[in-house]
Amino acid sequence: MYSEWIVSILLLIGGAFILIGSIGLIKMPDFFMRLHGPTKATTLGMAGVLIAAMVFFSSTQSGISVKELLITIFLLITAPISGYMLIKSAIHHKLKAKKGTKGLDNVEDD
Amino acid sequence: MLETVFLIVFAMIGLSLLLNLWRLVVGPSVPDRILALDTMYINTIALIILYGMSMGTGLYFEAALLIAMLGFVSTVAVCKYLLRGDIIE
Amino acid sequence: MRLESRYRWLPTPFRSLLLFVVWLLLNNSVSAGHIVLATIFAILIPIATFPFRDPQPLILKPGLAIKQLFIVLYDIVTANLQVALLILGPVKKLRPAFVKVPLDLSHEMPITILASTVSLTPGTVSAEVYPIPESLPEGEEPTERFLLIHVLDLADEEALINTIKTRYEAPLKEIFQC
Repeated sequence: MYSEWIVSILLLIGGAFILIGSIGLIKMPDFFMRLHGPTKATTLGMAGVLIAAMVFFSSTQSGISVKELLITIFLLITAPISGYMLIKSAIHHKLKAKKGTKGLDNVEDD
Repeated sequence: MLETVFLIVFAMIGLSLLLNLWRLVVGPSVPDRILALDTMYINTIALIILYGMSMGTGLYFEAALLIAMLGFVSTVAVCKYLLRGDIIE
Repeated sequence: MRLESRYRWLPTPFRSLLLFVVWLLLNNSVSAGHIVLATIFAILIPIATFPFRDPQPLILKPGLAIKQLFIVLYDIVTANLQVALLILGPVKKLRPAFVKVPLDLSHEMPITILASTVSLTPGTVSAEVYPIPESLPEGEEPTERFLLIHVLDLADEEALINTIKTRYEAPLKEIFQC
């Protein structure tokens, strides 16, 4: 019975973080700030949902199930890399940063 | 209780997919659209895992793993194309 | 920094361990047959693929690496709560900035790990490592490297650089000894 509570709480936390990541994608004024939502909040939300799935399948089916960890680790490793590729292509395309961004002279053209 | 939670989380993920679709349509630049697509496939993994849980089967795990791998590779390939005009030089 | 493993039949010990664990996770079982198969794959695949790869530095302090992994996992959770609050709060109050962090690390592999940690943790996304390798003359090593990061809400530049250097970079330097 406890597992049901754990699954519910983890799922709600995960869903909330996924939603916050997408809200960040909509709300932020420039590309560099938009990048923060999906790379961080969505990744943590996915970790929450997948750990919930792990607990759920371990409690409902025979034997424990840990293979969901594989997707979690994969997402944790790949999220920074796709973020890096995206910000690199944004710098290459000379996207405008929001007015008032400090340290713009630190960015060199490539 | 668990059924209600599944419904709520389905609604949350569906809403975030809609928000991502909005960003994909509006843009305004190409990296924005790629970022929206990237977020969309990650949310789709969550949706598939959640569907498998609500059906009580672990069969959808492999589909989720494949989406995770192909999505990452396609994001990197599209970014590489934007950066260099070529994927494998 | 050490590039070569001590054993010739196990050129990359940690990659072998990773392959072993991933095979068992994929099959979701620890039966004897799968353990034998995983051991065979964990030994044969690194030997077969080793000649294609550039040599990477080995982890020399496994205990410290595991401790650092848990510190980073804890930071991911706390930093994400902060970023969630920042995203939900008013946009006008955010102070975005680009910051250049000087690096002491010298090899690509530790720099990649540092950049990934920085992307996942404290409200920052790593953007670029300067100088860009393609802009240098062939075969020349840069004397000084910088990591360009984008910060969502910058309060104190010095403090941020200090946190990154002491909390994430110094342990990596010790783990890889470079």
